[in-house]
Amino acid sequence: MTFLNLVISGAANGVVYAAVALALVLIWRSTGILNFAQGGMLMFTTFIAWDLVHLHGANYWVGLVVALLAGLVLGAVVERVLIRPIEGGPPINPVIVTLGLLLLLEAVAGMIWGSGVSSFAPEFSLNDYHVGHQLILFSPDYLFIVLAVLGVMVALYVLFQHTPIGLRMRASAFNPEVARLLGVRVGRLLTLGWGLAAMVGALAGVLIAGTQPGYINPNAFDGLLILGFTAAVVGGLDSPLGALAGGLLVGVIQQLLDNYVSIDLDSFYTFVVLLVVLMLRPSGLFSRTAVRRV
Amino acid sequence: MLLEVEHVTVRFGGLTALADVSVQVDEGEVVGVIGPNGAGKTTLFNVVCGFVRPGQGELRWRGAVLRRHRPHQLADLGIARTLQGLGLFPHMTVLENVLVGAGRHSRAWFGSGLFALPRSDRDDRALRERALATLDRLGVADAARSLPGQLPYGAQKRVALARALVAEPALVLLDEPASGLSASEMDELADIVRGLKQHTSVLLVEHHMDLVMAVCDRIVVLDFGRCIATGTPEQVRDDPKVLEAYLGEQVDATTQEVADD
Repeated sequence: MTFLNLVISGAANGVVYAAVALALVLIWRSTGILNFAQGGMLMFTTFIAWDLVHLHGANYWVGLVVALLAGLVLGAVVERVLIRPIEGGPPINPVIVTLGLLLLLEAVAGMIWGSGVSSFAPEFSLNDYHVGHQLILFSPDYLFIVLAVLGVMVALYVLFQHTPIGLRMRASAFNPEVARLLGVRVGRLLTLGWGLAAMVGALAGVLIAGTQPGYINPNAFDGLLILGFTAAVVGGLDSPLGALAGGLLVGVIQQLLDNYVSIDLDSFYTFVVLLVVLMLRPSGLFSRTAVRRV
Repeated sequence: MLLEVEHVTVRFGGLTALADVSVQVDEGEVVGVIGPNGAGKTTLFNVVCGFVRPGQGELRWRGAVLRRHRPHQLADLGIARTLQGLGLFPHMTVLENVLVGAGRHSRAWFGSGLFALPRSDRDDRALRERALATLDRLGVADAARSLPGQLPYGAQKRVALARALVAEPALVLLDEPASGLSASEMDELADIVRGLKQHTSVLLVEHHMDLVMAVCDRIVVLDFGRCIATGTPEQVRDDPKVLEAYLGEQVDATTQEVADD
């Protein structure tokens, strides 16, 4: 039963990693850029929600919605102001720009909210469920987390596969030049894509902030970003489904090793997962490149 | 006059790709652009599409001068283009490929498309019907649900053509539509191009003389960036300058000898 419990709890954590991975995958697919600032962006939007809820007495849901909208706007602004001017340049440029933005956001958050730790109270209980006398490592808050992330994934799937705007976004990602010739405003769709990705990241930030007391501080989300990266790379970087699978895999393995080996090596396990997957399937579990090579 | 290219000159560094070239396309007209490799045919297309800005000269569309137009505005103007390399989106079905080109007729507001409101749903259905009708017109409606990669090359070319035509452009630029086609497919292509004339004018770059001679109302011959001849297929075929550009002077000398004999 312990094993099953660890898998359940690891998968619940993994869903949040999957959301961060999805935020990275959405941008990688459409622009070929790894957004290193994603951790800072979701930290910032989580702080905005926390500020509203805990300093100004706003309702949790208001805080969540404002964080999502702030993510949408922040992502769009970052694309339009920082990324657009370096489009088509050497591939190192976006790396430097997004890393710089990460440092900038962490510094600004420290100036506004201080560098101490704060707690973000979850809306739902963190007390685990019981089935009879058996404790299940799964709480109402985690149920909400799983439903929220899966809900967003389904909504994005519908958007991309079943709406005209999603169709044009996919076309722009595959071949921006041809899409332009067909009258698609590729630039606008890129801005929207960054906004949507940052919104998914913002959701992950608010969700994970509630799972531990004292979680929030300007650097607290760096670890989450690394877990999200690992999940994205494991999943193949260009597949949303891969992001979900990668997140779950990373979450479960992390939880099992924490328990059966040692929790002190926690952050080390992420890299073990990454290394093993990259050795066995260098392009990730779900990538298109792997399919093409076969 | 639908499209007028007036005295356009394009230089890439020291190379003059187009020198004082003028081309006109009237409504319902099929105009062919021919010439040896490197004659500037693709550059001419790129000027019309806004990929390349001419150093001198101007473009007029329905009489109005086009200044600094950008590729994404072409669809709104009513100009479509096919590419040499097809440029189909590989992971999207044939129908979806064509739907991307149908965007001009979608009045769906950005937000309603985003949130899939009913109004957008109605637009969506109309677009689908239009896309299917276009595929049907080109004889590839059966392939609507396939991925482009699953189709033979000739069928992929038809899909690319359907994608260009679905928005019912006033002018379509066809970049080597016959390349890679079999003789019978080329005959079918000629029928398709002739059939377009009722709604759509055509500017065609092509190497296959049979096709060009069969479908074009007028032909413009480019050589090293200069327009060396223009006229009906018959006029161009008999023009000595055209023969020279294509066959070289050596052959001219031989012809002379044969004539002397």
